[in-house]
Amino acid sequence: MSGRVAEVIRTGLWTNNAGLVQLLGLCPLLAVSTSFINGLGLGIATTLVLVASNITISVIREFVRPEIRIPVFVLVIASFVTAVELAMNAWFHELFRVLGIFIPLIVTNCAIIGRAEAFASRQPPGLAALDGLAMGLGFTGVLVALGAARELIGQGTVLAGAHMMFGAWASALELQLLDGGFLLALLPPGAFIGLGLMVAAKNLVDARQQRRRTPAPAAAAAGEAA
Amino acid sequence: MAIRAELTRSMLRAAGILAGFAVFGALLVAVTWDATEERIAENERAYLLRTLADVLPAGAYDNAVHEDYITVTDEELLGTAVPVTVYRARMRGRPVAIVITPVAPGGYSGPIRLLVGILADSRISGVRVVSHRETPGLGDKIEVERDDWILDFDGRSLGQPPRERWAVRRDDGVFDQFTGATITARAVVSAVRDALIYFEAHRDLLFATPAGAAELQSPPAASEETE
Repeated sequence: MSGRVAEVIRTGLWTNNAGLVQLLGLCPLLAVSTSFINGLGLGIATTLVLVASNITISVIREFVRPEIRIPVFVLVIASFVTAVELAMNAWFHELFRVLGIFIPLIVTNCAIIGRAEAFASRQPPGLAALDGLAMGLGFTGVLVALGAARELIGQGTVLAGAHMMFGAWASALELQLLDGGFLLALLPPGAFIGLGLMVAAKNLVDARQQRRRTPAPAAAAAGEAA
Repeated sequence: MAIRAELTRSMLRAAGILAGFAVFGALLVAVTWDATEERIAENERAYLLRTLADVLPAGAYDNAVHEDYITVTDEELLGTAVPVTVYRARMRGRPVAIVITPVAPGGYSGPIRLLVGILADSRISGVRVVSHRETPGLGDKIEVERDDWILDFDGRSLGQPPRERWAVRRDDGVFDQFTGATITARAVVSAVRDALIYFEAHRDLLFATPAGAAELQSPPAASEETE
């Protein structure tokens, strides 16, 4: 069992990362990742929805028949997204204003219905929850890394807008490191280039690991399971 | 026949399950809505008050500005065919300033929504951008968080500068444009100028119209003419 748990975590965070490998949910990923805080906000919201929808779908997997499973998934996901949207509006109002349309658009993030279909509808709730968490955190990681990079290069700041998430004291965290920045990073091409570089970096790391493991092919094969 | 009955039953069951989930979803949203409704309304109110306070002279008014509003329509001067909200600030009942919420239709990538605060003597008390889709790094200098440009409107009126010089430098006006985003600056400058023109034309009615009205109208007692 613990081997299974470790594998689910590894799959979500790395080997089958929603942003870097499955390349799902690109629309919000590219549009929102203009700063660390924006990325973190959308990442957390997506993770919440993923965990909640995965648990629900896993619980009901026995009695939802295959021919209506997709509409049921959509209903469940849309309900959770609306709930998360209302909660963000209530407790993180400023961030909600910044993320705007991308919160309700979590419904259309293919990563979520993809996990519902490919994992949650075939696994017990515990594992499904873990899968949702790992996938969500993997996605958040990409959002945050891309956001931080684009923010630093594009406008030379670190953690701009932290007060929107953590309250007024966090304004102290917001640093202006460089004067001005390289605008391209904030524009849509910057998002594509940044994501492309991240995918390349991941592949590079994987290839290097693979090479180191060549003497023991069995270990390398385990990573391919996903 | 038996196959048909079987099929009907299976379809009904599927419909039942779907309906069940629809109810579950609706319940979930209803419960969340109930728990958050008050906070959200409070947030919206605080946000509106804060933005209105940005374009009004601090401490010069004592009414609940966000509740004292009317809506007016003037596509030519206010930039949209949709009714535009006008908030009124008063001190002990006397008019102090209004906040118009016009749209600058000529933005580089879509309309720019503005808040324009105008004092009763026709001077600008403040201008802020509510929403826009201008290019980050170029056109977004109209945001006060990024640049002081928008503060240049403070204290100006239709005579200061003269009306024909209410334009960006490139058009022989007095307002700076930003490199690479002349269109954005031009759109905002003309929208602010048009808001001033609108205000001068309707000043008395803008203050006199009873709160909540959907167009300019004379107060019950007076008999001024509306257009």
